[in-house]
Formats: sequence, C-alpha cells, structure tokens
Amino acid sequence: MTELPQSTTRKLGLVIDLDICVGCHACVTACKGWNTENYGSSLADMDAYGEDPSGTFLNRIHSYEVQPTGGGCSQTVHFPKSCLHCEDAPCVTVCPTGASYKRAEDGIVLVNEDACMGCGLCAWACPYGAREMDRAAGVMKKCTLCVDRIYNENLPEVDRVPACVRTCPSGARHFGDFADPDSNVSKLVADRGGMDLMPELGTKPVNKYLPPRPKDRPAAAPLTPIADVKATGVAGFLDRLLEKL
Amino acid sequence: MHPAPSVIAFTVLSGLGFGFLAFLGAGLVVPTGWAAFWVWGLGYGFAVVGLLASTFHLGNPKNAIRAFSQWRTSWLSREGVFAVVTLLVLAPVALFEIFGGFPLASLGWPGALLSLVTVFCTSMIYAQLKTVPRWNQWLTPVMFMTFALTGGAILSGFNVLSILLCVVLTAVLVAIFNTGDKRLAESGSTMETATGLGKIGKVRLYEAPHTGTNYLMDEMIYVVGRRHARKLRVIAVAFAAILPALVMLIAPEGSLLGIALALIFHLTGAAAARWLFFAEAEHVVGLYYGAR
Repeated sequence: MTELPQSTTRKLGLVIDLDICVGCHACVTACKGWNTENYGSSLADMDAYGEDPSGTFLNRIHSYEVQPTGGGCSQTVHFPKSCLHCEDAPCVTVCPTGASYKRAEDGIVLVNEDACMGCGLCAWACPYGAREMDRAAGVMKKCTLCVDRIYNENLPEVDRVPACVRTCPSGARHFGDFADPDSNVSKLVADRGGMDLMPELGTKPVNKYLPPRPKDRPAAAPLTPIADVKATGVAGFLDRLLEKL
Repeated sequence: MHPAPSVIAFTVLSGLGFGFLAFLGAGLVVPTGWAAFWVWGLGYGFAVVGLLASTFHLGNPKNAIRAFSQWRTSWLSREGVFAVVTLLVLAPVALFEIFGGFPLASLGWPGALLSLVTVFCTSMIYAQLKTVPRWNQWLTPVMFMTFALTGGAILSGFNVLSILLCVVLTAVLVAIFNTGDKRLAESGSTMETATGLGKIGKVRLYEAPHTGTNYLMDEMIYVVGRRHARKLRVIAVAFAAILPALVMLIAPEGSLLGIALALIFHLTGAAAARWLFFAEAEHVVGLYYGAR
C-alpha cells in the first residue's frame, strides 16, 4: 500500500562521508553489478556500444567544486547519490498502482515490479533523482538497500551489507540502523554533523551525508622556505663572493 | 519536464471532454434523440480518447488496471477512479436523453460535479509535486478547471459565457506564467541545499556522473521549449482564448460553424499552453546536474 507507515521499527540507511569519498565510482559499478544480476529486472544499458549510450543506475556520483565563502582554496567534493529511503517519501504516496511501498519493519522503500505500470510519476515526485525507469523493462528501478544481501544468510556475514558499502575502498560509506542511537551510523551523524539533502522539501531522508572537513588555508607564499637555500662550504663562499660583485 | 505528446493529448482532450460533460450533466444543454446521441458522443469521445492517450506513455501498460487501487493517497489513482465513476453516473443521463427524450436531473447534477472533480484530480497530479515548483501552486488547478469550463462552454455554443470564460482564461494564463517564473526561486531549493554544501560556500558542478544522458535528464531537464517560451506564450493565449472569443463574438448563437472554428482555435491554443506547461517546468533534480 502507498500509505506510509506511521513509524518504522528500524530505520536502515547509509551514511556517506563526503570528506573521504574519492570519486572512484566503485560503488556505482558494484551496485550495477549486484542489482543487474539479482532482485527484479536487470539494469539495462541502451545503445551500450553505439553513439548515444545510456543506462539505468541506482547510484550515481556527481563531482562538485565548492568555493569557500571566506576565501581560500576551492574544495572538490565527490558526491554519491542514491535513494535516501525518506521517512516521508513522496515517491510512495503518488504511486497509483500500489507498486511503491515503504516497509514498516526496516523503512526500506521498494518497488514491486510486478505491480508497476511504468507511469514515471514517482520519479517526478523524487527530488533526488533516485528513481530511474528502466527503458528495456518499462518498470521503475531504485535502490533496494540491497535487501537481498543484508538479510541473506547464504552470504558470509561480512557481505551482509549493501554492495556499495562492501566495495567502497576508502571507507566512505556506512550502513546501519538510524533508529538505534548507539549504532555506528547514529554515532557518525552525531559526531560529524550529518546532514539532510534538500531539507526544505520535508522528505525527512534517512540517509545522511557527512560534510567535508574544512581544508587548511595555505600560507601566503608556501614555497619561500624551500627556495631560500643557505649554501655552505665552497658553494657558500662563491655565493657570498658573487653577491658582492 | 519532458512534454510527452500522449500526456498533452490526455490532459487537453479529457479536460475538454469532462468540461463539456459537466455542461451536459447540469442540463444546461438538453438535446434529445439523434442530436443527443452526437452531442453526448462528443463529450464521451473526448474524455475517453484523452484517458486512453494517457496509457500510451506507460512503460508497462499491462498493470494499468491497478491504477484504480491507491485512491487513498494518489491523485493519479483518484483521477482514474473519478473518471470512470463520472462516465458511469452520466451514462443513464445520456441514454435517457437519447432514447427517452428527457433529461435525468437527479443523476445529471452529481455527474456534472463529478466531471469537475475529475479535472481537479488531473490538475492535482501536477500541482502536488513539490519537486516541480512551477506546478506546485494553487493556480495550476485553477488553470485546468478554467480550460475545462471554457472548452465546455464553446462546445455548448454559449457565446456570452464562452467570451467571459475566454477573458478569465487569458487572466489565468498571464497570472500563471508570471507566478510560475518566480516559483523556483521561491521554493528555496538551490545547488547549495541540494548538496548540503552551502555552509562551505558556492557550489558548481565540476564533473557530471557520466558523459552521456540518462532517464532523469531526458525526463526532467528539458531546455528546448524554454528558448521559445515568450513566443509560445503569446500563441497559447491568442489561440486558446482571444481568437475563440472573437469567433464567438461574431458568430450567431448556436452556429455549428462558429463552434467548430472556435473549438479548433481553442484546442490549438490549449495544446500549445499544455506543451509549455511541461516544457517550461523545472524539476529540482536539475540542480544536481547544474542545470534547470
């Protein structure tokens, strides 16, 4: 049903550390790999080897340059973006067929592809671009928080996290339960000031982003101490002699 | 937003159809016999063709029947439910006028009201979206309702009412163009709120996620229409409201030629206005792509 649960027992989601992400796109590849081989229809590529390739992705990385207001060096921020599993998910309530739903037990927002008619209204309702219509299957695809991994007892315990988290080589992605104040993700959010994306839209995202730490300001002329070589010995004698000429 | 032809046909034709059915249901036009057959057929025809057109843009139309199930939360579902209920409630009214030769006011009035509720539901599919600030305003339902009533009045052959509604439609279109232009700025969403990086400073896109395009960009970032927005706005107002009003001013009351000509002008303008309604609308996801 497209009515949102009043509250969910657990709030599973991701913390993405913008200070650490290096923009390698490994999570994008791991996500596409897992989700094209497992739950639901595959994530199709259209015209993959042609002139105008495009494809379905549940996770995409944008890279931004931020110019600090107070001056100083600009910061490059790599910005992975996938479904935020919002508490007040506008994509769920607009769904006319009941294909979209938010689970009361863990807060994961899912699409039942067998009921989806591919109208695309949920993608319009999402501010984050987290839903993409698969152009081959004609149904809406979105991040499942790897629901087929996290509860999968056939996998070794270390693999029971979303594929993007498991693969991230820099440790920029964390998975956990935000309803538990002592969980790893809750602690990270508290320590680092985890933030919501577009809070003005009232979607109450579960996923949080950790802001990049401020960079050090460079000294006025950072190379001066290196360039100011004090020569000694014969070279020093020649240096002083030539200086006087 | 991408202006899909099927969605433009759906909103324009079903709006016109239900607008006309409202006039017929309310008993403002009471044809009987063969005349009733053609007149009701026209109302039902526009409404049904519009509704069918809406299924053409579906990726997986075999599940379209399920769209009637989520009326508790979804305006799209409500629109489908009200459309079907309206057509069912008005069916006996039409049949009585065609075969019985007299109107059935007890069902006609509820049917007329349901017709307008259906158009309102259509408009709310768009007006509810906070992600598209241009649509997310009360003038959106007003615009859809005014279009439906104007089309209905023209088809009913009410010259004075048509002219009045054309004047209202002009005012509504000018108003929605002007308020619409300010809505994105008013919404408060920027690249800085989208990325949460506003606390550091000004954000610009350094590198997009991919070199090609994608579903989101094709669907939500549609810039072609905005280049010609000014000209199209003039065309929309001239054809949807001003020309039909002039025709209705000159044509004798109830002249079929006058009605046909005014309707052709009105539909052309309505299609242009609806195309612009989509093409001009900016989705906030564009902010992530440094685009509008």
